[in-house]
Amino acid sequence: MIQVTNLTKRYSSVLAVDNISFNVERGGVIGFLGPNGAGKTTTIRILACYHPATNGTATVAGYDVFKDSIEVRKRIGYLPESTPLYPEMRVREYLQFRGKLRGMVGNDRKSAIGRVTDRCWLGEFINRPIGQLSKGMKQRVGLADAMLNDPEVLILDEPTIGLDPTQIRETRKLIRELGERHTVLLSSHILHEVEAVCSHAIIIAKGKIVANGSPQELRDKFSSEAKVIAEIKGPENEVEKSIRGLTGVEDVDVASTNGWVRLAVKAKQNCDVREGIFKFTTANGWSLREIRRDGATLEDFFVQVTAQQQQTRSR
Amino acid sequence: MRNILTMAQREIGAYFLSPIAYAVLAVFLFSSGLAFGLGTFSAGSEASMRQVFEFWIVLILLFVLPMLTMRLISDELRSGTIETLMTAPVTEIEVVLGKFLGGMMFFAILLAGTLLYPIILSMYGDIDLMFLTCHYLGLFLLGSLYVAVGLFFSTLTKHQVVAVLASSALLALMTFASHAMANRMEGWLKVLLQQLSVRTHFHDFVRGMVDLNHLVFFVTMTALFLFLSVKLLEMRRWQ
Repeated sequence: MIQVTNLTKRYSSVLAVDNISFNVERGGVIGFLGPNGAGKTTTIRILACYHPATNGTATVAGYDVFKDSIEVRKRIGYLPESTPLYPEMRVREYLQFRGKLRGMVGNDRKSAIGRVTDRCWLGEFINRPIGQLSKGMKQRVGLADAMLNDPEVLILDEPTIGLDPTQIRETRKLIRELGERHTVLLSSHILHEVEAVCSHAIIIAKGKIVANGSPQELRDKFSSEAKVIAEIKGPENEVEKSIRGLTGVEDVDVASTNGWVRLAVKAKQNCDVREGIFKFTTANGWSLREIRRDGATLEDFFVQVTAQQQQTRSR
Repeated sequence: MRNILTMAQREIGAYFLSPIAYAVLAVFLFSSGLAFGLGTFSAGSEASMRQVFEFWIVLILLFVLPMLTMRLISDELRSGTIETLMTAPVTEIEVVLGKFLGGMMFFAILLAGTLLYPIILSMYGDIDLMFLTCHYLGLFLLGSLYVAVGLFFSTLTKHQVVAVLASSALLALMTFASHAMANRMEGWLKVLLQQLSVRTHFHDFVRGMVDLNHLVFFVTMTALFLFLSVKLLEMRRWQ
């Protein structure tokens, strides 16, 4: 549905997207994940036909985004990051205007507006001026607009940014439902969001794709970086001996304060050492006041990935 | 074509929802009324709009029309709605023509407001309808060039104040300055400046003459600025 081949975008001196390629099949929700400034919005803008690429090609729904831009634009729904809207228009007027621009007429347009306002919970706000709506409601208006012509491909740039937790949950649910009938490409810098919503994720950092796979594959990649933190009251050397004796333990940092021994355990991939820690603690009659998995954050992952990239570049 | 009308319709709606349009309407009617009341509307003077149209209305439009056109594209650039607009299936030409048409519709409303003056005049004297039609045709052509220039500067910058100042400055140069300079020049330069001066071409309309030469001038100049706006909008995508 979306094919990107050797896409490069350069803004004067900045290389925003650096020779990326990926394919997206029909259907499902695809997450486009990366830290701020990674090139997500640039890539999305190229796919939405807002900016042309410096190099490379991209096709959406079978049409080239540069050569057949109008055909692509007829087949996509796009929600830009900041959800720009006309504040003086009422929600209904805005959707009518957008429907007309997409060539929808009469009853088709009317029923489409009814459908999207229902799905985006906008029914009671339909006659309100957009300028009076909250950030969350504006986001829904933008989403309703993107869905208006029942497009084959929905491109959503950070659709949950600035929403409150209830709205985030509702929006994610809606996006999951949309993924059943449409191909949804959504960008986010929140790993958790991509895990919750997407069937496939593409990770981008510094303009390059660094990972591309299902959330399960991603999770494995992240969890291998996770550490288990435990605080145990007991003799330091004995605690250390016990923890080093556990199967699956790769490395341990030990620190002790006021009789409490703090362990930061790095385990081998797919190995959960928490049960083992609990068992030897109770067996020795020691006290345990904390045990948790200190998952590597997305930020950590990106710091690591980008550092690796810089190393390879400087070589 | 349908997209052009859709755009124009939205612009007209946006005008009537913004306080600026009402302010512009008020300023225009007040100042043109003042020019009419003090200049033309007196015992013994001729029953025509010639005096008002010759200078005052042109001067007023030179400041008023850029205020109308400043937001047309500038506002879309500032608020970012240009992104949703240009990712909808519309071309740059449709956007520019739609915005132009919207501006022209509002300008037509302004002009309609001035019809009151000839109506008042007709109560006191005999008005030559052909003469009046000629005046309005000239003014309409002049206005369309002004709207096109304003639209061009609105495409150039996201700062509306800059758009207004730049449009008024260029229009003043095209209308009055080139005319005044032509009078001081000799030879081909004089002819060139005269031919480029809006005032030269507008003047015959005020005298009651419709010359193809003048029609062509206004239509091509308007088309030129619309074309430049389209190109500018296309260029923005590459930035």
